[in-house]
Amino acid sequence: MKKILTFFCLIISLGLFAGQIVVGTAAPVKSLRKAIEMARPGDTIRLQAGLYKEGSLVISKPLTLLGENNPVLDGESKYEILLISGRDITVRGITFRNSGYSAMNDFASIKLVDCTNITLEKNTILNAYFAIHISNSVNAIVRYNRIFGIPASEQLTGNGIHLWKSNHAVIENNQVEGHRDGIYFEFVTASTISNNLSQKNIRYGLHFMFSNDDTYRNNTFRNNGAGVAVMYSKKVRMEKNHFEENWGASAYGILLKDITDSYIRQNQFVKNTVGIHMEGSSRIEIRENQFKNNGWALKVQASCDDNFFHHNNFTGNSFDIGTNGTLVLNKFEKNYWDKYEGYDMNKDGIGDIPYHPVSMYSMIVEENPTTLILFRSFMVSLLDKAEKAIPSLTPENLYDNQPMMKMLSL
Amino acid sequence: MIHIEAVYKKFRRLQVLENISARFTAGQVIALIGPNGSGKTTLIKSILGMVRPDKGTIRVKDHLVTGNPDYRQFIGYMPQIGRYPDNMKVGQLFEMMKKIRGIESVDIDLLTRFEIEKIYEKPMRTLSGGTRQKVSAALAFLFDPPILILDEPTAGLDPLSSEILKEKIIQEKKKNKLILITSHVLSDLEELTSHIMYLQEGKLQFIKDLETLQEETGEIKLSKAIAKLMRGQETSSAWIDQLFAVEQNKENPQ
Amino acid sequence: MLKLSRYVLYDILRNKIIIAYTLFLLLVSLSMFRMEENGSKAMLSLLNIVLIVLPLVSLVFTTIHYYNSYEFIELMLSQPLSRTRILLSEYAGVCVSLLSSFWIGVGVPVILYAPDATGFALLFTGTSLTVVFTSIAFLAAVRSRDKARGIGFALLLWFYFALIYDGLVLLTLFAFSDYPMEKFTLLLSALNPIDLGRIYIMLKMDISALMGYTGALYKDFFGSGSGVLFTAGIMALWGIVPLWLALRSFKRKDM
Repeated sequence: MKKILTFFCLIISLGLFAGQIVVGTAAPVKSLRKAIEMARPGDTIRLQAGLYKEGSLVISKPLTLLGENNPVLDGESKYEILLISGRDITVRGITFRNSGYSAMNDFASIKLVDCTNITLEKNTILNAYFAIHISNSVNAIVRYNRIFGIPASEQLTGNGIHLWKSNHAVIENNQVEGHRDGIYFEFVTASTISNNLSQKNIRYGLHFMFSNDDTYRNNTFRNNGAGVAVMYSKKVRMEKNHFEENWGASAYGILLKDITDSYIRQNQFVKNTVGIHMEGSSRIEIRENQFKNNGWALKVQASCDDNFFHHNNFTGNSFDIGTNGTLVLNKFEKNYWDKYEGYDMNKDGIGDIPYHPVSMYSMIVEENPTTLILFRSFMVSLLDKAEKAIPSLTPENLYDNQPMMKMLSL
Repeated sequence: MIHIEAVYKKFRRLQVLENISARFTAGQVIALIGPNGSGKTTLIKSILGMVRPDKGTIRVKDHLVTGNPDYRQFIGYMPQIGRYPDNMKVGQLFEMMKKIRGIESVDIDLLTRFEIEKIYEKPMRTLSGGTRQKVSAALAFLFDPPILILDEPTAGLDPLSSEILKEKIIQEKKKNKLILITSHVLSDLEELTSHIMYLQEGKLQFIKDLETLQEETGEIKLSKAIAKLMRGQETSSAWIDQLFAVEQNKENPQ
Repeated sequence: MLKLSRYVLYDILRNKIIIAYTLFLLLVSLSMFRMEENGSKAMLSLLNIVLIVLPLVSLVFTTIHYYNSYEFIELMLSQPLSRTRILLSEYAGVCVSLLSSFWIGVGVPVILYAPDATGFALLFTGTSLTVVFTSIAFLAAVRSRDKARGIGFALLLWFYFALIYDGLVLLTLFAFSDYPMEKFTLLLSALNPIDLGRIYIMLKMDISALMGYTGALYKDFFGSGSGVLFTAGIMALWGIVPLWLALRSFKRKDM
């Protein structure tokens, strides 16, 4: 009876969905490896619920691999589970776990090499060295994946979503936790990172290097070891992201190093040790951001020039701006600073005297960090008041000439 | 009731009390006299336990004053200057004292005669010096203690109140109490005292009952008797001359 | 004990200075919260009140009160009361009235407008500093017989704890900037109750900055369970030890 039923099912499925192969413990094809071999380009493989231990699999022809009811591919901590190389391939709805670790190769749960038009979606990747590793690919779409690593040391943990030398990638709506870098971009251009949540990673929530013309938008980077690093890139748009609770001696909402011609707009920087740390960066427009309850809202090194900060809100930060020199080539205008104590006689909403956002004490702390313990003491407020009256240590030309009287609604 | 034995007290370099010994018993009214700085107040404070002697012992009803403070329930004390918390009401002061002693007031004689109950609602800071003295006096007698220590009791009191207080002291004397008084006004003491204790520069010059003193000097007037005695001992001081002069002026107003 | 302190308290609560102090605190707190758009700036102003004004008022008021009560204390000494009881009653009276001023003047506004971690840290620190500086003031007052000298000494102590001490710490940190001073600084902070309270509030207010640099060490230390115990313990010592010394001194003192 059972056999007849299975036979019928097979007939029906073959008849109705041409080019479909069902893989499952109760299905005619029990091995995914075999199904991939059998499949013709354009076929769909439906992987039914179950636990599959099939070592390393390779897909190199156009295929759709669909997990049904969350099947699990287990790498037994030895294998790179899935290697994809080719075009028009989709992998959806599968849990990958326990992929192997290799000091020589960047072992990954899913690795894409030389690909075009690949979609990875709604997969769950657990306990991987690298979770998704993409190199030399075009049009890779990675979305709605959930990636949870078990953080070990920086050497023993790989990145969550790793892209190298690719373009036109779309990374969206993923969640990455517990890896070295949540999302890693190196030599990736014309790509978008949006609506992702990257948190509790050992190093950076987003690590971004030599990648021009990219946009990242609406992401949340929270509680990562060192926040977000954006380095050696041009024309990057950073919009509407949340940078939260990135705490530590070298943790930043964003670390900008050698960035030029970029935009940072409408982001929220909340409770970071440093909201934005900038060095060697030029021509960045920073506008309409919220800097709230950070240790330092901004740290602008003297190596930055021609950056324009306007219409931002600075509230509840321990220090508004820290800097390491007295030379200032950046412009601040029409920001709201909650520490501003000026007045507005002509009632145009703009303070009549400029605001100097660098306090004496932030210069002292810059020089001798241990003195942070004295912050908010009577002596320190006296020092700051004295400095305001007779500036000597703080950069004289770092000021906002048109500080807003009221908080901007952003 | 009070035994003072070889008490010494030094404040810094100044010897304030030097080998003072005395015994006071019930029924005595002792006038403690001597010039300013002679150690009268220090002696009183020693009895009350406010000053700790360097050497020697003081016992009140066989209790060492340096030990348990409970012996002070036998003592009613009227300080020279009575200052009380500014915002405390008179009534509250009496209420508090009752709570401290844990008993109801026994002797409200002075309370009534000084009409203190009328000012029960007044805060202390609004009282005149004289009224505060009346309050102090009423407090000292309130619990009918067997020992009364009065430091310049009549100073600052109006003549009428002063008379009331003196009457009260005589009344208490009859009740076989021990009363210790210091005063500059010797004529006040005359009617009251049974004994004179004279201190100078921390030393006890003499302690004698009134009759002996009068006999020895042949003088009835206390002031004169003392003056004579002091002259005889050739330890006269400007103070006693002055006192004598004041007394004489009183006698011959012109 | 309650018998006496009740009346002391009753007296002080009607004291003009205490009433003025309460109103001052209330006015400042309310206007801060009403005027500032964001609570954090108001908290900052209140922090300065708590760290500077509170110790000053506690020290000066307590010392003046002690000297003004001198004759009253003498009178109490003539009663069957132990010296310990008298001084502790005075202490309780002064301390409770100063605390009520603080709780009415700052506590109520904070609970109404900023009932968060920083707010409660502020109230904890304010309460502790009041208790501690009342205790220190009693020591200063009992030790010096002369009123002017006592008040002068109290002011000096305030100046030292509020300002001089931190100046010395800053100089030390710069003089030894080549050495790892973090642990040492931790120890230094315990030697000044104002610093201890300030760091405790900072842990809530400036947690982000503290996490940077060596600040993480402070955060790890003060933020941990043992750190909280340490803070509370040292604060308690700062309250108890001066009072105990004052008591010892008071018991031997000739009035």
